[in-house]
Amino acid sequence: MTAAFLVLALRHHLRRQRIVSLAATFMMLGLAAFLFAHACDGTVRAYQLGNWPAPFGITLVLDRLSAAMLLLTAFLAACVAIYVAGGVDGRGRHFHPLFQFQLMGINGAFLTGDVFNLFVFFEVMLIASYGLMLHGGGPGRLKAGFQYVAINLVLSVVFLVAVGLIYAVTGTLSMADLAVKVPQVEPADAALLKTGALLLFLVFATKAALVPLHWWLPATYAGTSAPSAALFMIMTKVGAYAIIRVYGLVFGAGAGPLAFAAAPFVVPAALATLVLGAVGLVGSRTLRDLSAFAVIASMGTLLISLGLFDVAGLSAGLYYLVHSTLAGAALFLIAGIVLEQRGAASDRLISAPAMGGETLLAGLFFLAAIALVGLPPLSGFIGKVMILEAVRTSAIWAWIWFAILGASLLMTFGFARAGSVLFWGSGPVSEPKPLPALPGLAAVVLLIGATVAWTLAAGPAAGVLGLTAQQALDPDAYIRAVIPPAVQFAGEP
Amino acid sequence: MELLVAAGIGILTMVGIYLVLRAHTFPVILGLTFLSYAVNVFLFAMGRLTIDRPPVITPDAVAYTDPLPQALVLTAIVISFGMTALIVVLALRGFLETGSDSAHLDAPRTDKGDAS
Repeated sequence: MTAAFLVLALRHHLRRQRIVSLAATFMMLGLAAFLFAHACDGTVRAYQLGNWPAPFGITLVLDRLSAAMLLLTAFLAACVAIYVAGGVDGRGRHFHPLFQFQLMGINGAFLTGDVFNLFVFFEVMLIASYGLMLHGGGPGRLKAGFQYVAINLVLSVVFLVAVGLIYAVTGTLSMADLAVKVPQVEPADAALLKTGALLLFLVFATKAALVPLHWWLPATYAGTSAPSAALFMIMTKVGAYAIIRVYGLVFGAGAGPLAFAAAPFVVPAALATLVLGAVGLVGSRTLRDLSAFAVIASMGTLLISLGLFDVAGLSAGLYYLVHSTLAGAALFLIAGIVLEQRGAASDRLISAPAMGGETLLAGLFFLAAIALVGLPPLSGFIGKVMILEAVRTSAIWAWIWFAILGASLLMTFGFARAGSVLFWGSGPVSEPKPLPALPGLAAVVLLIGATVAWTLAAGPAAGVLGLTAQQALDPDAYIRAVIPPAVQFAGEP
Repeated sequence: MELLVAAGIGILTMVGIYLVLRAHTFPVILGLTFLSYAVNVFLFAMGRLTIDRPPVITPDAVAYTDPLPQALVLTAIVISFGMTALIVVLALRGFLETGSDSAHLDAPRTDKGDAS
């Protein structure tokens, strides 16, 4: 677990140069891979910061789920860092420090074992994301940024209220300790705790862009620069991760009357998210809007399977989570390249002079679109099949099938329209355009390659993720790792 | 005292929400500030209200207030202060660049004729 701390400590040694940033990101990738390999043996490792015993100090926890998320973050960050090295970071100042700070926030949020600490890491992540979101300026981006910041500030307040309520009832904020205390809560306090739990869910659902809390996402993601949007892909996943973590552990099966307090809302809202994402995708007028709505649709699909809160659903969801992060980030980066290439026409879905390297771009777009829609043979297809399989146990599985398949059809239509306008509907070439910058293309190819690899690795991955899901839904090992039985406390004032 | 604190939190929250729902940047910022004050007081109250007791646990202390909410509030104040500064700068930049303090994305710009 010391290594996990090193991942965090590394962040503070940053200089503004690209090289250091790239090196740090790749080092982080290596560390994350190391941690993942470490976590794969199935034990949960806890690191007590400052060596305070568990319920009092802040704990960092590494298990399969957080290690997998770390690895995904690190890989995505490496791709984004490569893309950025193509010159986007020169558009404004301080891209790299913000980038690394954001990574620190995201990693911290994945590793922390404490609800208030989760809040702090959320804020670290958000503050950096404000900077990244505004990077490279422009009035439209400023307005979108103001909305984004204001919404997140309101969310922070709600988060604090939820934390306060949970603390008031249970007297603890450590997640492992909460998992012990929540089932013992007096019936009189249960309503208060449930309010806290649902408010917390509200916060995570907004981060995960669950309808009706999704409205900030298209403006933000479409308003920001491509690499930031690609990195933000992992931020919606932080919301999903927090839902899994808090609801698998604290308000999970063992929580007595409070078990799965949010479960009745997740699946219907996720269905609405999926449908709205698909409809928005068909209706969007720029490639970046389209990508943002594709993110919403994929979050809908993801949350449907997470909403089941069983091992099959969760492992299918995790497979889909990795896939949608990679494919969505690839799509945003492609949108960024297209935006650069088309000049005045920007990324609006209208015909314009052909771009340099159009065939290659079109091919990459085609692959990313296939992956995101979930057509065979790429990983989106396998992920969706796994989800469709997993929801068979649900009472409303026919509706879910209908929504997922119908939304996929709509998305196919939307992507086909966008692709044909962008790449086939291009007018005559007025002047030869330069080829897109190599680092950008390399990053996209890397991401798409990872999607392909993820498809090929579906079998073993499903096995590993099944174990991950089992571990995430089993609070006992987690509690034992964080609070060794010898020092477990019966109660606190 | 419970009534006073609860009413205070309620009024602060009410004012905050009302202001946040206004579509201009300055009221939104004020509203966010009110909301963060409300939540800070709320966090204090969550550790049970105790008067004239130290928040330090020593062997000879007969009674003490819960120290944890104080730590939480301290962190929350720092974060909300930083955030407020950031959003003020952001709003100012937005105002200077677009010439309107409307928080809408598609609001007409003043330099095109019709003020929002």
